[in-house]
Amino acid sequence: MTRKRVHLAAHFPGVNNTTVWADPRSGSQIDFASFVHLAKTAERGKLDFFFLAEGLRLRELKGRIHDLDVVGRPESLTVLSALAAVTDRLGLAGTVNATFNEPYELARRLSTLDHLSEGRAAWNVVTTSDAFTGENFRRGGYLDRADRYERAAEFVRLARELWDSWQRDAIATDAAAGTFVRPGAIGTVGHRGRHFSVEGRFTLPRSPQGHPVIIQAGDSDEGREFAAADADVIFTPHGRLEDGKRFYANVKRRLARYGREPHQLKIMPGVTFALGDTEEEAAENAARIRRQQVGPQTAIAFLEQVWGRDMSAYDPEGPLPEIEPDMSDGVSQGRVPIKDRAAVAAKWRALAAEKGLSIRDLVIEVTGRQTFIGTPESVARQIDEHVQAGAADGFILVPHLTPGGLDEFVDRVVPVLQERGAFRTEYTGTTLRDHLELT
Amino acid sequence: MTLHLAVALDGAGWHPAAWRSLDSPETIFSARHWAELVAEAERGLLDFVTIEDAFGLQSTLADATDERTDQVRGRFDAVLLAARLAPLTSRIGLVPTATTTHTEPFHVAIGIATLDHISGGRAGWRPQISARAAEARLVGRREFPPLDRVLNRPGGVDLSDDPHVRDLFAEAADVVEVARRLWDSWEDDAEIRDVATGRFIDRDKLHYIDFAGRFFSVKGPSITPRSPQGQPVVTALAHARLPYEFAAGGADVVYVTPRSAEQARAVVEEVRGLSGELKIFADLLVFLGEGAAGRKARLDELDGAELVSDAAIFTGTPGELAEVLLEWRRAGIQGFRLRPGAVPYDLERITRELTAELRGRGAFRHEYEASTLRGLLGLPRPVSRYAEAP
Repeated sequence: MTRKRVHLAAHFPGVNNTTVWADPRSGSQIDFASFVHLAKTAERGKLDFFFLAEGLRLRELKGRIHDLDVVGRPESLTVLSALAAVTDRLGLAGTVNATFNEPYELARRLSTLDHLSEGRAAWNVVTTSDAFTGENFRRGGYLDRADRYERAAEFVRLARELWDSWQRDAIATDAAAGTFVRPGAIGTVGHRGRHFSVEGRFTLPRSPQGHPVIIQAGDSDEGREFAAADADVIFTPHGRLEDGKRFYANVKRRLARYGREPHQLKIMPGVTFALGDTEEEAAENAARIRRQQVGPQTAIAFLEQVWGRDMSAYDPEGPLPEIEPDMSDGVSQGRVPIKDRAAVAAKWRALAAEKGLSIRDLVIEVTGRQTFIGTPESVARQIDEHVQAGAADGFILVPHLTPGGLDEFVDRVVPVLQERGAFRTEYTGTTLRDHLELT
Repeated sequence: MTLHLAVALDGAGWHPAAWRSLDSPETIFSARHWAELVAEAERGLLDFVTIEDAFGLQSTLADATDERTDQVRGRFDAVLLAARLAPLTSRIGLVPTATTTHTEPFHVAIGIATLDHISGGRAGWRPQISARAAEARLVGRREFPPLDRVLNRPGGVDLSDDPHVRDLFAEAADVVEVARRLWDSWEDDAEIRDVATGRFIDRDKLHYIDFAGRFFSVKGPSITPRSPQGQPVVTALAHARLPYEFAAGGADVVYVTPRSAEQARAVVEEVRGLSGELKIFADLLVFLGEGAAGRKARLDELDGAELVSDAAIFTGTPGELAEVLLEWRRAGIQGFRLRPGAVPYDLERITRELTAELRGRGAFRHEYEASTLRGLLGLPRPVSRYAEAP
């Protein structure tokens, strides 16, 4: 069996507590220079693509805008189009919500990005039924989960129809003959479906990739099925070995139903990392970063989301209070709700008692340590082993610092991966589909 | 005082046959074509470039796709194209067109704010309505009356009292209002990074915009922090009373389309009756150089029809054009948006020769005097409407 090549992508640090802003090295979350730094670092490391998340309403806690985490971001595709000017090969992936967009307009914007980047565009398709976010949109949140995915699937298929509606050689300019477009080369799309009704002509020639790369990020059964049918890449939270193997097998199995081969859908968990010159130093760095990510106020805020009530009177460095969770409406808006808060509270209480943890240490413990911790050599080995073991096709790296959070990985881990023969030393193609071996 | 000078970029230029003089016309679908044009405009020290767009595909018919194969068909999303050009330029303003009719106001607003961040304060926007029934069918949520029927109403093509068009302008005004509120919804100093209290932002400096209108409502605040200009420059093309009112209500710059100095004076008077603040630019479609009239005639022949335009068409030397611009300036026009008949030729006559002619008459800048578009236009940077007075 031939050795699998690892695929790697870089996630711009997100707007939640995992992005550390109190560190002196933390720079602007909105200045274009920060995006340029991260994208150029990713390209220096020959990564497959650069990834931007999206959130269309600021998160709230206890009825007020959450103020403890990094917040504020640009419009994804606009900033990616600008990054196309300062990079050459790096894929440019933007998260854009299908629920609050219309297929014709978004297909046109994605095709524009693919043209302007010469074939490097990707769309991470997300959906929401969140009426809270919908308050920012004329066509606000109104669908349950099953309908959301059905709508998203119809959206993607319609977008593909629009992207395909100009024949490959439609632009055949001949000034002497006076022909700009070949006769009959621009087709008319007529779509009547349950969610969309679109009739007319698309405004752009077929783009370099034909279809921009489609990424899917939901983890539900509907989300997995949607990915198996329509996506090129899955962005998942399943970064641990055993969990990853189960997810990988589950999703790849679904592909046959749609007449697709396993290699046509790349599974890329989002992962975090902490490095050190020795294993001990890496572990210390990991612990230090976790404490930075869960500051005293953030620890209380996490507790409040589970307990559903104001907990600001408690000492974050003290023990978990005896008070019971309030099971009414909850206090958090704009993030995925915690299922069964009573059970989570009981589990946290048991864990805190067993290990004698303070509120803050408990939150540090339960909100997850870094996926990969170690020396550059050991992190490279872990990454390669996950891929060879069938737990992933590669990873989306989520740094904890803007803009320098990827520097050390690219400088120290990528060369080791290259020495192992697990990662490219040069880009061999020009498009993102080339990098992902999707062509 | 310096005249404000902008150029309007669209494909190979504003003559439908202009693409025939490009070496490889298909390059209009490459970033390089646009990068060269905007670099040329910046070398000419122009205030800004606008980038044309429309919701649907180009057509010679009022409200349907045509089957013509001898003209440019296809166009990039203008906001993304402007973003692609921003890192390649450093001083010139970038003003894309974006439709207000079928789009989400929130997305449009953060797109323009992002362009302002990327460009370090050089973003503008030309909001545009989409009245065509054929374009509404690309979204399939609203049914519009066919536009050719609207155009053929007795009384000509001033649509100012057509109820459908009035609604579209009312909606566009709401979109601009929402964008402006969203751009102000983060005060400049909202990000505090206060380690002692663990707070990244001062949430009292973030504001819900709570807009509720006839067509949509938007809660806010924006997801994008306040941009370098605070308020990117809003511009509007206007030919009649209704769009003049739209421009006076929400724009910083209006492009008007008089045919003579006399008409310019009348239009300025009408617009000034609505707003004392608005910067009034005139649009002119220009063919420049010694052989300009002949070049235009040849292109007309190739296209099979004489060029028609909503704006006045000028053919002549850059020196002659400079005289016209100065005459119109005496009528109250403060700047010009020139639409080059063919690029790069007519653009280069503007940037290399017209600017020199104007400079010789003391009417154009010798160097960029500001780093933001508002700065170039002499517009102050406003504080957020939500900021409490000190």
